[in-house]
Formats: sequence, C-alpha cells, structure tokens
Amino acid sequence: MKVRIKLFASLRTGRFDEEERELPAGSRVLDAILAAGVPPAEVSVIFRNSRHAAPGDGLVEGDTLGLFPPVGGG
Amino acid sequence: MAGLEDFLRARCLPLAGAGAPPLLPLAAELEAGEAFGLSPRELEAAALEAGLLPRRYERNALLFGLEGQRRLHMARVVIAGLGGLGGYVLEYALRLGIGRVLAYDPDRFDESNLNRQLLATRASLGRSKAEAAAERAALVNPAVDFEAAPRRLEAAEAAAVLPGAVALVDALDGIGDRLSLAAAASAAGVAFVHAAVAGPAGQACVQAPGAADLSRLYPAGRPERGVERSLGNQAFAPAFAAALEASELCRLVLGGEGRGLGGRCLFFDLAVPEFLLMEG
Repeated sequence: MKVRIKLFASLRTGRFDEEERELPAGSRVLDAILAAGVPPAEVSVIFRNSRHAAPGDGLVEGDTLGLFPPVGGG
Repeated sequence: MAGLEDFLRARCLPLAGAGAPPLLPLAAELEAGEAFGLSPRELEAAALEAGLLPRRYERNALLFGLEGQRRLHMARVVIAGLGGLGGYVLEYALRLGIGRVLAYDPDRFDESNLNRQLLATRASLGRSKAEAAAERAALVNPAVDFEAAPRRLEAAEAAAVLPGAVALVDALDGIGDRLSLAAAASAAGVAFVHAAVAGPAGQACVQAPGAADLSRLYPAGRPERGVERSLGNQAFAPAFAAALEASELCRLVLGGEGRGLGGRCLFFDLAVPEFLLMEG
C-alpha cells in the first residue's frame, strides 16, 4: 500500500519534507516511521489523516502521516 | 458616579453612525482622571459601563462591539512566562484591553534573548522580566490591571490564583513545567491555552477545563527540552504562536463563530510553510 509521510521541524533534517512510501499490507504506523528512517523515540506526535495516532495503529492505502518531534521552547 | 458620565459624554466625539458607540478620546479620560481622582482602569470601567468606547479601542469596535470590549475589560488572565512567547502574549493582551493580567517569570534578560523576546532591549539586559513587563504594561495600556510576579508559577500557587480566570496562558520554556501547569489548570477548572516553539516550527491548542490534551502531546518519557535544542529559537515563530494564543484567548472571552483550537492542535512549520490541524 502507498502511504504519504510528512516530516516536521528537526525530523526533516537529513531526510525529506514529504515522500510516498510503499509498505506491505498490514503495516502499522511504526513501520512507516521506521521506513522513513526516523528513530521512533524522536517522534512526539503522530498524525494519521488529521487525527492523533499511535505507533501501533494500522495503516490503509492512501493514508497521510505527519510526524512531529517534541517541541518545548517558549 | 454622578457627574462623571455627563462629563465623559460631553467630551465624546460625534457619533460615527447609527448604532456606533460614542468615542471617548484619551485627553478626556486624562481630564476626568484629574477632575474626579480616578485611575485609568476606573475610568475605562466607567466609560464602558456608560456605553462609551475609549478611542484606543476604536478599531476593535467593528470586531467586538462595545459589549465585547466590556467583556474583555471584565476578564482576568494568568500568563506563565514573559520570554519569547510571553512578551508577545502580554502585548496582545494589553492592546486587546484584557482587564486583569497576572504574569509570572523568574528570569532576567540575557543578550541571547535579543533575537526574539519583545521585552528584551539593550536597556533591559540584566533586568527582571517581570519588572520590564510592568513598565511595558503601564506604557501601552495603563487601564489594564497588570501584576507581574518575579518567580516561577508553581502548581500550588496556580491552584490559588486560577479560579475565576478565563485561562492560564502557556508562555513557558521546557516541557515539564507545561505538563505540571496544564494539570493544575485542568484541576482548577480553567482552560489552558498552550503553545510551544522550536526553530521555525511549533504547535498551539486549547485544553478545556478538566481535559488532559497536554499529556497526549508530550507522551511519557519525553526529554525536558524539545528539538529547540538543535534548531534554536527565532523571532517570528514565537510571535506567530503567541498570536494563536491571543486569538484563542479572545474566543474564550467573547465566543465566536469559528471552532477554535479547543481539543484540536495546530502544528505549524513556517520553513515550508505547512500547517496541520489535528482533530482529536
């Protein structure tokens, strides 16, 4: 299945802004994070199609994931 | 107060149009202050009560109306932090005319603050942020009852000062303090207007009273500092985030047609730019 992955802030560094990845059927959010080359510990918030998602959530064809690192400045 | 309303009314500008409130010039407020021995705050209260709009708020009139301005004047807000986010949040609160503002910050200005903190100037280096904020408040809008405490807002004090406030506004640095104060606001039955920034990116949301949105944004085991450690902090991301907070604060005081950020989080990255609204 095809999944679109968007990276934000520091997660983009050395990787990409937005890419489509081909993943095996039955893949979960965590698989997409790993496929993007992002260490899971660096991800604080996961979007799946504008909703909050967890690493264990299942993916379907056409999903868009947004990955955000922890942001704590002010 | 007998006589005061007539005094003010006689000095208002001619009505702009049907339904528009009479506009009260600053000069008339100052005159009334002298004549009746009243503070700027007391005068603003009297003017709004009498259906007169201080001219400083003229440009708010079409957006908020006199009634909205009155509600802003009646609102009390607590701001935690007077740095990158806080300097701008305070500025917006003062210009909006939020009647009572209590702000906390234990720090003094450092040179490294000059790239982004509104209250940081060469003159304020080494000075208390709380003190500089009080000076700015008196300069921009003395009708606002502003108090700045030169210390961190701890959960215990939050529990004491929050009841009756419209919101606790997050202008903090660091993740631990945010989680602690978000929980305190939740327990006190007060909205927590949250924002955080790192480099060109950031997030903003409103945690409703009793809710726990912040613990979902910062899952357990996250470090105390976010990626601002590697990205730094620049001038316009805090201003953008603070504007979102001010907008949500307005919504809490005045209501409004839009859905707002209650229970939803806006993530932004101005470097792209990209904006993602997380629904639930």
